[in-house]
Amino acid sequence: MSKVVKRTNLPYTINLKSSGSWLKKNYIGWLFILIAAAGICLFYFYPMVQALLLSFQSGMGANLEYVGLDNYVRLFKDPTFIAALRNTFLYLLIQVPLMIILALFLSVLLNNATLKFKGFFRTAIFLPCVTSLVAYAVLFKYLFGENGLINQFLLNLSIISQPLNWLSDPLLAKIAIIIAITWRWTGYNMIFYLSALQNIDKSMYEAAEIDGASSLQKFFYITVPMLKPIILFTSIISTIGTLQIFDEIMNITNGGPGNATLSISMYIYNLSFEYSPDFGYAATVSYVIVILVVLLSLIQFKVAGDKK
Amino acid sequence: MKKLKNVGVYTFLSIAAIVSIFPFLWMVVSMTNKSVDVTKGRLLPGSHLIENLNVLFESVNMVTALVNSTIIALITTFLTLLIGSLAGYGFEIYRTPGKDKVFNILLLSMMIPFAAIMIPLYRLFGRLSSTVPFLGIDTLAAVILPTVITAFFIFLFRQNTKMFAKELVEAGRIDGLSELGIFFRIYVPTMKTTYAAAAIIAFMNSWNNYLWPLVVLQSPEKQTIPLLISNLGAGYTPDFGVIMTAIVIGTLPTAVVFFVMQKYFVEGMMGSVKG
Repeated sequence: MSKVVKRTNLPYTINLKSSGSWLKKNYIGWLFILIAAAGICLFYFYPMVQALLLSFQSGMGANLEYVGLDNYVRLFKDPTFIAALRNTFLYLLIQVPLMIILALFLSVLLNNATLKFKGFFRTAIFLPCVTSLVAYAVLFKYLFGENGLINQFLLNLSIISQPLNWLSDPLLAKIAIIIAITWRWTGYNMIFYLSALQNIDKSMYEAAEIDGASSLQKFFYITVPMLKPIILFTSIISTIGTLQIFDEIMNITNGGPGNATLSISMYIYNLSFEYSPDFGYAATVSYVIVILVVLLSLIQFKVAGDKK
Repeated sequence: MKKLKNVGVYTFLSIAAIVSIFPFLWMVVSMTNKSVDVTKGRLLPGSHLIENLNVLFESVNMVTALVNSTIIALITTFLTLLIGSLAGYGFEIYRTPGKDKVFNILLLSMMIPFAAIMIPLYRLFGRLSSTVPFLGIDTLAAVILPTVITAFFIFLFRQNTKMFAKELVEAGRIDGLSELGIFFRIYVPTMKTTYAAAAIIAFMNSWNNYLWPLVVLQSPEKQTIPLLISNLGAGYTPDFGVIMTAIVIGTLPTAVVFFVMQKYFVEGMMGSVKG
């Protein structure tokens, strides 16, 4: 992501000698880009403008009228929205750091040159990424069921004395969602770190060893600083993903119990397609996600202090 | 000390591997079991596989869903690669400051959350329904169209085009190929690896896509695999053996793609960062 805003000033590859053919090639170049640019305008930028206009309107279905800032005022008084916002932030603040630390830790262990069965461990931990979000969500719904395997496992180990109501207890349901997401995405992030670790110059570690650095010191003073750009990249990707979380919530808990696991995206879906449709207000809620994505990405750039 | 540390490392990695693999084993085993046994958490293979398959293919629309998902995923992958690589090539080979500006603006679309554009898109296709019915709500075209053009693939192809030898373009011009001819005859064959990596990502995204198909598809005979699994799971009297069978069948294509093309898979992920 850090590359996205970067402007490089490499010499242009176009042959500038003959201006006539240059103009023609420049023109052909635009044709190569045309479909993609038109498509992104039609399917991304135009809907964004439409959503902004919608956020100032209210009414059922197609009977919309402009109501000014009413929808935005409604946000602050809407307990369901506040619950959805709080849940989404909870997922973000607990799940994303947990997953990134776990992925970093796993990648450092796997980067050891003398480790045996490296390929097996790497493939196994990455495997959850091949499942579709719906498939694994339904799977975890049953794993967390009252007679599900997770309860049975905990009962057999005598960690709990009676089955936990994973999906009907407000706190446990949130924990179940966090465990599920972590299962699905840790391996994905790990692959990024593994590949970045391979690019770190081994001599840095050797020099640190000569200076008597411990494994922990090497991790914090060499590995983490060297991986900073990729950690930034993955945390932005995960943040954007978590802010939009939908598939898992819909299929594991359906937002319940009550609204204990409801996410912003799921609330938007409910407002538009489950309750009597209020597209205007739904668009207002959706702009909250837009603002959060932009704000949080900017904060992460600032915190990481990346000059790029 | 060293030995103790090694034991710790292997134990931790083994636990992580088991936790990662276990749900897969369980779904494969459950595919052969009766619904009751699945809820009891039976971990041994049973003899109910044929019955589960029968239910899935006869009373549930599994075949239709497979066909729909396959059609959507193949068309989406083809169009995504074509449009994305044309643009990525265009931005890099015919680079001008003006195009760089457009590129940066297009990349902003990667920050747009789908939830924010879902409602306007739904309304857009709703309006199309009355004028061009084959593009409107509840058509496969409506599922495909908004997903084939993404800044991510333009970015991916542009990054990889940086490593494409530009002399080949000049050579093609000297040989009298048209600009489009150079793209199709020289660029596409040389960039096979990038195309393979991009194809995997595009295919998996499409095969697993849930929210947009859920919004835009309505009739049961249009549903895709994720919609079918979700509907089965949300039913009042779910047959767990059948659901597990559907999950296994739905996961199979992406799992096969992953194992056969693991190298390209990882390369594709990295292609979005490097450069």
